[in-house]
Amino acid sequence: MSRRVSRLVAGLVLAGLLASAVGLQLLRDRWYGSPQPADSLLYIRSPETMKRMALSFSGILADLYWIRAVQYYGGRRLSKDPNRNYNQLYPLLDITTSLDPMFNIAYRFGAIFLSEPLPGGAGRPDRAIDLLEKGFRLNPNRWEYPYDIGFVHYWTRQDFAAAAEWFQKASEVPGAPWWVRSMAAVTAAQGGNRRASRMLWQIQLENAESEWVRNNATERLQQLDAMDQIDELTWANRQFASRHGRFAESWDELARAGLVRGRPLDPAGLPYVLDPQSGGVSLSPESPLNPLPTGERGR
Amino acid sequence: MPLLPIALSVFRESVRDKVFYNLLLFAVILVAASLLVGQTTAGQDVKIIKDLGLAATSLFGIFIAVFVGINLVWKEVERRSVYNVLSKPVRRPALVVGKYLGLSLTLLVNVSVMALALYAVLAYMNQGFPESVRQAWDAPALDPALLIAFVLILAQLLMMTAVALFFSTFSSPMLSAVFTFGLYVAGHFNADLKNFETIVSLRPVVWVARALYYVLPNLASLDVKSQVVHGQPVAAGYVSLSLLYAAVYIVMLLGAASLIFARRDLK
Repeated sequence: MSRRVSRLVAGLVLAGLLASAVGLQLLRDRWYGSPQPADSLLYIRSPETMKRMALSFSGILADLYWIRAVQYYGGRRLSKDPNRNYNQLYPLLDITTSLDPMFNIAYRFGAIFLSEPLPGGAGRPDRAIDLLEKGFRLNPNRWEYPYDIGFVHYWTRQDFAAAAEWFQKASEVPGAPWWVRSMAAVTAAQGGNRRASRMLWQIQLENAESEWVRNNATERLQQLDAMDQIDELTWANRQFASRHGRFAESWDELARAGLVRGRPLDPAGLPYVLDPQSGGVSLSPESPLNPLPTGERGR
Repeated sequence: MPLLPIALSVFRESVRDKVFYNLLLFAVILVAASLLVGQTTAGQDVKIIKDLGLAATSLFGIFIAVFVGINLVWKEVERRSVYNVLSKPVRRPALVVGKYLGLSLTLLVNVSVMALALYAVLAYMNQGFPESVRQAWDAPALDPALLIAFVLILAQLLMMTAVALFFSTFSSPMLSAVFTFGLYVAGHFNADLKNFETIVSLRPVVWVARALYYVLPNLASLDVKSQVVHGQPVAAGYVSLSLLYAAVYIVMLLGAASLIFARRDLK
């Protein structure tokens, strides 16, 4: 047998062995199920240990932890598991920002991920504030962090006094835009007012650093629009009741009375639901704008 | 002194040993990452590519510095080819310095090509973002300040090459590699050595730690990757002083290596 032929045979044998290994793996997975990865295990939980082990590679390690945090959050958010939690989110963000204390987005996005109520987020505004306070402690020149703390107090905790205080702190950081001071004043004067909330989200939309934040702000503004529209439709139904002694049975009835124009749709394009008994108006259960924020004090 | 021919022969040997294949791997990693990161990083693509490029330059460079550096002198002695070289009008210190310069040239070419590759990938990525997004970045994608990080990485690698070469004049490659990596790790813990009194109260131990802080190569001070990636200013004075420090340290190590090699019995 020539050398060339023996090489060819050897190559074929090796390829055959590899194919057999793949086939056996497929067979085993089919019969016994494929192995599941460990559930988002954090082998090292201490940010300080991680930082020391990183040597001069802390930047790239911070990126890896950030990618893990994004994937963890995304995976949990999309999960169908009713018992899902976000327990690893804060440790992942804490390690990320310890490895790279200037990782701006990790503080700002991380705070959003943490403060969003369950099931869309971790429902931990306290942890979001911890993360942002750490960011502000390590980067006292960044007005965005105290501003974001104010935002968490305003939107998630509805603690308007604390929100106004943090907006004020943000406005005192050199380089903070003029509207932060306005925000502090508006929040102190009319916190919880829907107009103040709209202003807050409008600013967030105009200053969004990414598509994700922009979409989130747009959705929040649509929710506020929907709340305004629900107020108007409820008022129209009350007008109908004052004329007819009962609430309208349907949108058509209200339209015939000249109180609405056709079947009203929410900003996401789904029809509002009218309750003939209570006269209340609500979003369709299928609307992506659910649930509407609570605690808003009207326009 | 025939430094140039020795240096060029080391460089040619690096090419022959396919050291520059690491550039291909670097390019593949960078291009693959630039195509993949967008899906997973929530808008941090450019920062991550910068981090990756600088970290990979440092990592590949350190492996070349250590694994080629530890063999530079040892291989010559082991193969007995050192007799051929020394039978010519070449003094032992010239051999040590020439070898060092050769590997330094290899590292210079390596780091330069990696810097060019990183800029090329960043230029490509830069086109894919609208101006509004670019405004939000800490630093522009094609930030010239990245070069500062590359220069200081090169300084770090040249220091480690000198360390590896120093050990290779009197030790086996295995031990040289262990010692060099040991110093590389210790070189990043200098801040702890300086502030040892926060851990231990025993004065003599604190003094020893403080002495080690000044004697061991301070590699952490040559690491400005994070500042550069975040667009933080790095003072020209700081860079100059760090480069001067690296130069003095390298000359000291080469002097020590030359002295040891000059006194070594090669029979």
